[in-house]
Amino acid sequence: MRSRLYLWVPLALFAFFAGLAAFMLTQEKDQFVESTMIGQPLPAFALKPAYEGLPGAAKADFTGKPRLLNIWASWCLPCIAEAPQLEALKAQGVEIVGIAIRDKPEDVAAFLARHGNPYTRIGSDPISEVQLAIGSSGVPETFVIDAAGTIRYQHIGDIRESDVPKLLAELEKAK
Amino acid sequence: MIGRVLALVLALFALPLGAQDSMPPAPYAYTQLDDPRLEAEASALMHTLRCIKCQSQSIADSDAPMAGDMRHQVRTRILAGESPAEIRRWLIARYGDYVSYEPEVSATTWPLFAVPVLVVLLVAGVLLRRLGKRRGDAGDAA
Repeated sequence: MRSRLYLWVPLALFAFFAGLAAFMLTQEKDQFVESTMIGQPLPAFALKPAYEGLPGAAKADFTGKPRLLNIWASWCLPCIAEAPQLEALKAQGVEIVGIAIRDKPEDVAAFLARHGNPYTRIGSDPISEVQLAIGSSGVPETFVIDAAGTIRYQHIGDIRESDVPKLLAELEKAK
Repeated sequence: MIGRVLALVLALFALPLGAQDSMPPAPYAYTQLDDPRLEAEASALMHTLRCIKCQSQSIADSDAPMAGDMRHQVRTRILAGESPAEIRRWLIARYGDYVSYEPEVSATTWPLFAVPVLVVLLVAGVLLRRLGKRRGDAGDAA
């Protein structure tokens, strides 16, 4: 009789996988595609100014100290939500370089006039070229770039107040 | 009155459209390459690359602006003489295996390929033993 016990193995396996599937259905799906460029040097790029108020952005601008590279757009609603946090980071002495994705100069200017301007430079990326080159999958996203121009950290989505200390710590680590 | 309510409701549905950009698509987002051979190469590749923005569609199937920008990358790179395999590697280096629909053997995926082979070997082993034994039994009886 005892030797028949192994006959239950397939059923037990089936029950295990059915249970696993049911459990996974209740888990929240991770929708984010993370960049696999962390630890890699910033790819070469040189973008024209996104509007006449600030210079454009290039890889050559990322030397000497860590900076934030903020991927955003004037048509992006979460970018409005993170604007105050970018201001807070700027107030802490952080230099933020922006890349405006698929944006028009007049829209960029209107956005900055309305929600504040935390940037020192904004490059215009009308065909998401640089966004694809650094493995960014949407707006807004914020990368920590160290003094040597290496990508150190990626924050996906809008920056909340609770994310600011983490970003400051990552900037400190990138020194 | 009903018309006005309906218009309002429809206008509300249209609200998310405001979250789209108003820029024209990238030059090669919707324009095929002149050389039909190169376009066929690009098209085959685009059908096996995942749209990062709309993750259950390939970039060939998606109308998302980002998919258009990815198609532009594929076509300009093909035009510049890069091979489809090189372009796939370029994207995988940025987004991981997830961006490619083409199954690839890697450090994390090799069990998927190894397990079926193991199972077939196991079954073959069991069958050989059983059938071999039966034939042996038959031989004994004869």
